[in-house]
Amino acid sequence: MKVLYSFITVIVLIIVASIGASIANLHYVFGIIIPYLAFIMFVGGFIYRVVKWGRSPVPFRIPTTIGQQKSLPWIKQNKIENPSSAFGVIVRMAMEVLLFRSLFRNTKTELREGQNGPELSYGSAKWLWLGSLFFHWSFLIIIVRHLRFFMDPVPFLVQAFESVDGILQIGLPAIYLTDVFILIAVTFLFCRRLVVPQVRYISLPADFFPLFMIMSIAGTGILMRYFFKVDLVAVKELAIGLATFQPVLPTDIGPMFFIHIFLVSILFAYFPMSKLMHMGGIFMSPTRNMMNNSRMVRHINPWNYDVEVHTYEHYEDEFRDKMKKAGLPVEKE
Amino acid sequence: MYKGGKIIASLIIFAALFTIPFFYNMGKVNAGPDVALDTPAIQQLSDKQCVESPEFMRANHMKLLNQWREEAVRNGQTVYINSQGKEYPISLQDTCLKCHANGSASKVALSNPASSTTGVSNPAINESPEFCASCHDYSAVKPKCWSCHFEPKEAAK
Amino acid sequence: MAPKVKLPKPGELSKIDFKTPATDWMDTPVEFKPGTYCWGAKEKDLLTLGLPNPRQWSPADEDWKIPEGWESTILDGIAERLSKYRSFKIFMDICVRCGACADKCHFYIATGDPKNMPVLRAELLRSVYKKYFTKSGKFLGRLAGARELNMDVLKEWWSYFFQCTECRRCSVFCPYGIDQAEVTIIGRELLNLVGLNIDWIAGPAAACYMKGNHLGLEPHAITGNIESMVDDIEDITGIRVNPTFNRKGAEIMFVTPSGDLLGEPGVYTCMGYLMMFHELGLDYTWSTYASEGGNFGFFTSNETAKRLNYKIYAEAKRLGVKYIIGGECGHMWRVLNQYMDTWHGPADFLEVPVSPITGTVFENAKSTKMIHISEFTADLIKHNKLNLDPTRNDHLKVTFHDSCNPSRGMGLLDEPREIIKAVCNNFYEMPENTIREKTFCCGSGSGLNASENMEQRMRGGFPRANAVKYVKEKHGVNMLANICAVDRAALPALMDYWNPGVGVTGVTELVANALVMKGEKERTTNLRFEDLPGKGGNE
Repeated sequence: MKVLYSFITVIVLIIVASIGASIANLHYVFGIIIPYLAFIMFVGGFIYRVVKWGRSPVPFRIPTTIGQQKSLPWIKQNKIENPSSAFGVIVRMAMEVLLFRSLFRNTKTELREGQNGPELSYGSAKWLWLGSLFFHWSFLIIIVRHLRFFMDPVPFLVQAFESVDGILQIGLPAIYLTDVFILIAVTFLFCRRLVVPQVRYISLPADFFPLFMIMSIAGTGILMRYFFKVDLVAVKELAIGLATFQPVLPTDIGPMFFIHIFLVSILFAYFPMSKLMHMGGIFMSPTRNMMNNSRMVRHINPWNYDVEVHTYEHYEDEFRDKMKKAGLPVEKE
Repeated sequence: MYKGGKIIASLIIFAALFTIPFFYNMGKVNAGPDVALDTPAIQQLSDKQCVESPEFMRANHMKLLNQWREEAVRNGQTVYINSQGKEYPISLQDTCLKCHANGSASKVALSNPASSTTGVSNPAINESPEFCASCHDYSAVKPKCWSCHFEPKEAAK
Repeated sequence: MAPKVKLPKPGELSKIDFKTPATDWMDTPVEFKPGTYCWGAKEKDLLTLGLPNPRQWSPADEDWKIPEGWESTILDGIAERLSKYRSFKIFMDICVRCGACADKCHFYIATGDPKNMPVLRAELLRSVYKKYFTKSGKFLGRLAGARELNMDVLKEWWSYFFQCTECRRCSVFCPYGIDQAEVTIIGRELLNLVGLNIDWIAGPAAACYMKGNHLGLEPHAITGNIESMVDDIEDITGIRVNPTFNRKGAEIMFVTPSGDLLGEPGVYTCMGYLMMFHELGLDYTWSTYASEGGNFGFFTSNETAKRLNYKIYAEAKRLGVKYIIGGECGHMWRVLNQYMDTWHGPADFLEVPVSPITGTVFENAKSTKMIHISEFTADLIKHNKLNLDPTRNDHLKVTFHDSCNPSRGMGLLDEPREIIKAVCNNFYEMPENTIREKTFCCGSGSGLNASENMEQRMRGGFPRANAVKYVKEKHGVNMLANICAVDRAALPALMDYWNPGVGVTGVTELVANALVMKGEKERTTNLRFEDLPGKGGNE
């Protein structure tokens, strides 16, 4: 049911885009206005969300320590997973963001009946890590590749990414590795949500929707490249028009393009109000981006306030006689 | 603790990354490749029509070229029948380059865009008859034609 | 009080059904099965602590006696905490429900109840957050995973936030570091706003507030208990140690969880402290006022935790000591490491801790000025300042249980191991995925070590017990060492249930047994009055 809702939503979006693509009068809306709006909503919304997070303080130093602390000189500290220096934190964050370090730790718990009763085992489970890594890296490279439409002349770096991505030189135009990877990875992530009962149980429509969107975006992109071909020069003219604030609308781009750019626009606009904000959130996660040095440097809580306490005087007043009988020193006789 | 400075700095980097195209293209004119179609060869044609419609050719020429190669090299076919039923010899040299080149058909004037790594695309190139290079440079697509075909020397930059 | 429930047999508990319910979790009502939940907090304890809505109530009743308008109390509470804790905001917003945390939680592994998956436990609160604090939740409702706050939701929160031991194991595996402990802490704060705590937390917290320790030991009881330990030490070693109490001008104040002052095997660890400090001639004092290292306020609310924690620095200041040594305890060290200095610092009336025996400067505690007994002891051992005879522990095959909080909220992993290796000849690690930062909770942490929820405790401790069983079968391990008073209280029951024959000990007890004191008589028994190998009559 949850899957169906998301699926129908994406289908409706594709139909809307197809209508837009088939009516030439709407091309200006679908090719120029909606992409601009989506871009503003994405960048603006992203900044708004991060600022909103940033307006709440981090009152306590709460890193999750995943290794030996800094203590005695001869005990080897895990300087990355339990960092006490800014450099350690940077390496830790880089490993989380670029390599998905924590996901790499993933295990699969299994309960089986052994000879002497039940046995729990924790096998290695790297598929989620591998799928996510391929998915995110492919996504990033695809975005970088697309800069060739938005930049004129096309920078060397973008061309370099592209030639590496198409290194296999299979087919014409040559197949991009990232296109293959992202389709496989997104399908894996989707199937995982459907097939693993626990993951299916926790999944919301909001978890399937982005997967369907990305599938459709990658799908339309691939269709456009290999099957329903569009005039690339016209596409680039439109894109450069957007990037130079001199929008032009070339005729006859081809309908698949309008479906593609509409879905991309919707995903970008949707991004800041969804779980996709994990892209920004990971950088601000207090359990990962803090040094474990709270015994070395006092962490300040801006809203630290005085609380009602039970002082020693209260305590002695209540127990003075008992204390004296037990031979304990007292402040007041 | 807020670390407000770090957040703002990060957001500036974020915004800068996503607005690279705006700054990169700032002040530039959106001039797409403007292929000059009034070359002498084309002027001489009675029917100014490529083997298929221009719309089809813009999007699909690479597929057509690939198909021609397949037909000519693998199947020994030498004639292409287009969607209108008209026949053309399957030949890069004699059919395509007859029009898509400067001067006579025998004098090929093509540069190898694959060797062009600078990605230069300037308005001047549009006056040149380099039909492949102007668009291919513009969209940074490297044709693989010249990895087999002879690259005309006189066109080498 | 409900009648005592019979604890199912281990064979029954280990039959775990991982099938997900047929109904969506939002449509699956919470069930209160006797043996799996704790009693509600008592009126008198909430009154003592000045917490909202004191009354007599029982979770088994239909009516939980929550005041009118409680919904806005909770929603205002959420708004306030969103503005105070960035962690809360981010953890509510960025979970992608990848499920990596799901089978990392000991309660999920042992119950198969999907609401015990950390992701879903957080979703219980996240769904309400979405409904009232996000646009998508307001307009899309259930499609966005949002739901209304009502009494059923509140009861569900109470049930599941008191089925989380705040152990942070999920946080290790989360790609964004989302920490369910943080969500549980805030969830419990919200529940406390309408008077929903459990008896086992509110009782000790109230006792600690008034009397200085969770057990409610009054000053003369503390000195009395320690005196009887001193007598036992004299019987065993022939040496009379002389602890002092509330002594001004001592160099060091020693604070340990009160669990070490009463009941086995905690008292043996306490005897270990007494013997080691005496042998070193340490200038230290106990305090009857700051007689609790642990902090059950931490399981109630940030404010309550801060109110209880106040005593430690206040007493150190009053007594004029130079620094503080803390005993073996789990959540105590999470609080001391990550909270105390922020709450009550700067501790500029204290000095950077320097071991008077070895001269080692504890740079890692230069602001908080409080060091862990294991750091202190490991330093002594490294410098050969303790005369140790590890053969006295030769009858033991020891494994070490990392307590959740020192491992994932501090990183105290190798110090106790160094000590154990120096005082025991037979030490075996449990499997890699069950120790150090990936350690499993005892199942009774964060105030859940009551007796009425014994079934749930035995479930929660199942993954830990199963790892002990592995080394028991492989290496014949018969002693489970730890550095936590809650462990010492909870693990014996867990071991008796799942792995009969495995004992539980504090690390300092092992040290004291191996410690050859100056002028001691030939020892024939260990601190438990059990015959030493080769020395007693039975061996």
